[in-house]
Formats: sequence, structure tokens, C-alpha cells
Amino acid sequence: MPLLRTEKLNHIYSAGTPFERVAVSDVNFAVEKGEYLGIIGATGSGKSTFIQHLNGLLKPTSGSVYYEGRNIHESKGYARETRFKVGLVFQYPEYQLFESTVFEDIAFGPKNMGLSEAEVRERVLEAAGFAGLKEAQLEKSPFELSGGEKRRAAIAGVIAMRPGVLILDEPTAGLDPQGRDEIVGNILNYKKAREATIIMVTHDMEEISRSVDRIVLFERGKIALEGTPAQVFSEVKLLNELGLSAPKVTLVAERLRELGLPLKKDIYMIEHLRDELKQLREARG
Amino acid sequence: MLKDITLGQFFPGNTVVHRLDPRMKLVLTLIYITALFLAQGLFGYALMLGVLITCLALSRISPKTVLRGLRPVLFIILVTVILNVFFITGETILFEYRFIVITQEGLLTAAFMASRLLMLIVGTFLLTYTTSPIALTDGLEQMLSPLKKIRLPIHELAMMMSIALRFIPTLIEETDKIMSAQKARGADFDSGGLIKRAKAILPLIIPLFISAFRRADELATAMESRCYHGGEGRTRMKVLKSAPRDYMALLFGAVVIATVVLLRAAG
Ligand SMILES: Nc1ncnc2c1ncn2[C@@H]1O[C@H](COP(=O)(O)OP(=O)(O)O)[C@@H](O)[C@H]1O
Ligand SMILES: [Mg+2]
Repeated sequence: MPLLRTEKLNHIYSAGTPFERVAVSDVNFAVEKGEYLGIIGATGSGKSTFIQHLNGLLKPTSGSVYYEGRNIHESKGYARETRFKVGLVFQYPEYQLFESTVFEDIAFGPKNMGLSEAEVRERVLEAAGFAGLKEAQLEKSPFELSGGEKRRAAIAGVIAMRPGVLILDEPTAGLDPQGRDEIVGNILNYKKAREATIIMVTHDMEEISRSVDRIVLFERGKIALEGTPAQVFSEVKLLNELGLSAPKVTLVAERLRELGLPLKKDIYMIEHLRDELKQLREARG
Repeated sequence: MLKDITLGQFFPGNTVVHRLDPRMKLVLTLIYITALFLAQGLFGYALMLGVLITCLALSRISPKTVLRGLRPVLFIILVTVILNVFFITGETILFEYRFIVITQEGLLTAAFMASRLLMLIVGTFLLTYTTSPIALTDGLEQMLSPLKKIRLPIHELAMMMSIALRFIPTLIEETDKIMSAQKARGADFDSGGLIKRAKAILPLIIPLFISAFRRADELATAMESRCYHGGEGRTRMKVLKSAPRDYMALLFGAVVIATVVLLRAAG
């Protein structure tokens, strides 16, 4: 049984007004426990709207969302419970910080769960560790931190609830390359330590090609393509049409193929290309 | 959702009403309001209702939108009705129970008051629904510019107003976003007593204020780096010009108000 599943999910914003807008239409989606899933798609394709249904923040216009086989809107209590089990990190989460210290801010979620003080403390320290924050930073005001550190603090605020499913909306947007790699590394650490399921919305094709098990591609509120990175990135043309691009290595391999080298179609990591080229050289002697 | 509030919102379109000069629309709105207060008796009200419905139809604003916009003011209208029904004294008593007395005069006054209020609100909706905030403040600024002679800072006031109007949707969107983000961490904005609710709103208010200040700062920098230095010597990209249709509209307004006055004199 999939851990999280949607059935014919539709979402229409401002239905019945001149501003009506279909953001998600008829999406059937499932994710297994422990999977690392990437969601890609052009701006405005409905990714953010879609993921806000997975923890019950948005109510579907029609269709349903199931967590462990139970409809999450079955009762008000269950919808609230799901929010703690399915953690959602919004885009630019640093703008939601509000407490006087980083520690207090990370503690907001666990406190809302009604945990004891000792337990809250334990979770905050653990989450700060996962997010790569130093203990000295916990006593600072969140507004003294640098942009990258604020981002970590905000991510820690969700991790502190120990969600079984962690959803992140473009967690690396606007960070420098080093900050990006670190955050992706932190997410992977959390996944391993807690055997968590990760769903990551991203624009960074290089990153997604390295880490995820499966990619879901959104196009105008629908799932246009779904599969392993190898399957998705072999559709270079389709990706181009949708205003996305495959990883650079894939494009290089594509060009080499056009120039006559007999390369495989599913190259999306630099190591693949290296191995392929090595093999070709050996074959030629 | 917060976004669905339509009070004071602009619905772009390309109808005659949309294209009228904003200055003329302001004048016409004033004429409409005056006429509404001068109107008397069934005929006067029927005429005003006819005018309103014609304008609504011309502007292609759907009745649904108007009704949705009325929702927040229903309470005020209800209070007006109740006050009028119970406190207007008259001769023809319809219902009496201890200190509660309902008279025919009371009912009639209540009905007239309610319809006058409703027509007043819907009429002003029509102005904001069909005029972009920028056009509206531009119109206002030009109409009030003679007051600059007595040193009233008309340009600055208009600029403040257009900035405020420009940022209302942004702030609403931001409020929605921060609310969702805090809800994702288990914040509960809609249950509990007064104190609990007031406390629950802190995680929303603080980030909202911080971001509003940040935006104000950024906007000030952006304006300065484009050499904004107040209204003096500033020219406009879109100069307001009156077209024949504006004068037609004015004529229409004059006819309406004249009819209302005549009806009043006759009745
Ligand atoms: N709060 C909202 N109100 C109205 N329309 C919205 C709202 N949020 C998003 N939309 C619209 O829904 C569509 C999908 O947006 P979104 O889910 O943010 O896409 P993505 O995250 O893929 O960029 C867009 O056309 C956007 O304009
Ligand atoms: Mg998005």
C-alpha cells in the first residue's frame, strides 16, 4: 500500500469569480514509504498547490488524499494529525521565523504537538543537528542569522516534528552552490536516520539527477511524465518543450550522439558519460 | 480564503464603464450619491435602482461578484433595519407586545433606509470594480490639484494612497502564505478563547510586519535610485483626456439628478 496517495485531485483557485484558475487537475499520485521523489515542472505548473494538499493545508476542490490508506479529511482531528506526520517546508521558509531565539522558533512545531518540555528540547537539538546549525546559534535571534542559516533554522522547525514524510518546496532556491549542496546533504541525512520519505520540488536538475529515486513532472496542473531519472531525462525534447532542461551532462551526451558517437540515451550523471566514453575507447582499442 | 474578499477590488475589463475617464467617474459617483440622498418615494427609488442596474449591466460585473462583495456589510444593514423597525414611531401600529411596537411607518423607513444603503454601497463598488487603483488615484490627484495652491501635499497623499492600494493584494497573499506555513507547524488560528487566539496570531503578525518593513525599505531604495523627488516637475506617461463619451455620461448624470429633484418637488 502506498504511504501517501491522491485520487483524481483537482484544485481550482477563486472558483466562481472572474479570477478562477485551475491549478491542479485530475492528479493520481502515489509515493511509497522510504522513497525519495523529485517533483519538477515550469513555474505555475501547480507544484506548490499540489504539495499543499499532501498534508491537508489545502482542501481539494474535488478528489481525495489518503495517508496510510485513510482519507486525511475524514475528520478535523485526523487532518491536524496529518500535518505533523507530513512535514511541509514552504518556499523561502525563512520568512516565517518569528520567535525571539532560534531555539524557540524550532520548538514551535513540537510544542504545538503537545510534547513535554524535555521532549521538545531533545527534538530541537536533534533537528538543529540535522539542519547543520551549531549549538551557539540556537540562542541567537533568528534575525541575526545569515540567509542560509535562516533557511536551515526554518527547515529544522519542520524536522523537529519528526515527520515520516518530509516535503520541501524548492529548498535550495536562492542559495549559493555550497549552501545548496549542504542542504541537500542534510535532507539525505535525515532520510537515512529516520527512514523518512522525501518529496522535493526543485528546479535544479543536476541535484535531482543525483539523489532521487523517481521524478514526477508537472505540466499545467497535470502529471505529464513520471519515471526514474534515466527515463525522464532521456526525453530531452519534451523537457525542452516544457521550458525545462535536462542536466548538462545529458545535453553534452545528446550533442555527442548527434556528432556520431554511439552513446546510450539515459546518461544523466557525469560518471555515466565517463564510463561510456571509457568503454568506447576500449572497444576501439 | 482571504483572497476571495472582493471589497474594493478591481476587475479589469474593456466596457464603456471601464473606459470612462476616472475623473468623470469620480464626479459621477458624487452625483449618484447626491441623487440617492435626494431621491424620495417609490418612484425616486425605482429610478435610482434602474440607473444602478443599467450601469452594472454595462460594466458586465456579474451579480454574483456584487453579492459576494456585500457579504461583509450585511451586518451593518441588518442593524440599520432593526433600529428603524423598532425605534421609529408612527400612527399605524401593526404589532404590539409590551414595549415592542412595530409601526407601518417604521417598516417603510427601514425598507427605504436599507435599500438606500445597499444602493450606496453597490454604487461605490462599481467605481472600484471598474477603475484600476492607479487610475483612481491619478484622477483624484488631478481633481484635487488646485488645493496645492494652499500648500496641501496632494501629490504626496496620492502617492501614499497608490502605494498602499498597490500593496494590499501583496500583503493579503503574504498573510495567506505565512498562515499556511505556520499551520504546517501545527499553529491553530481558529479555535480557543480570546486570549488563546490573540496569542496564536503572533506567529503571523511578526513575520508580516518584518516583511512589510523590508518591502517599504526596498521600495524607497528603488524609488530613490530612479531619482524620485516628489511631484514637482513630474510628468505623466498616461495623460488623462476626456472623450465625448465622458460628456455623454455627465449629461446622463445631470438628467438623473434633475429627474430626482423634479420627482421630489412633485411628490
Ligand atoms: N493563492 C492563490 N490564489 C490564486 N491563484 C493561485 C494561488 N496560488 C497559485 N495560484 C495559481 O495557480 C497556478 C499554480 O501555481 P503554483 O502551484 O504556485 O505553481 P508552481 O509551484 O508550479 O510554480 C498558477 O497559475 C498560479 O498563478
Ligand atoms: Mg511553487
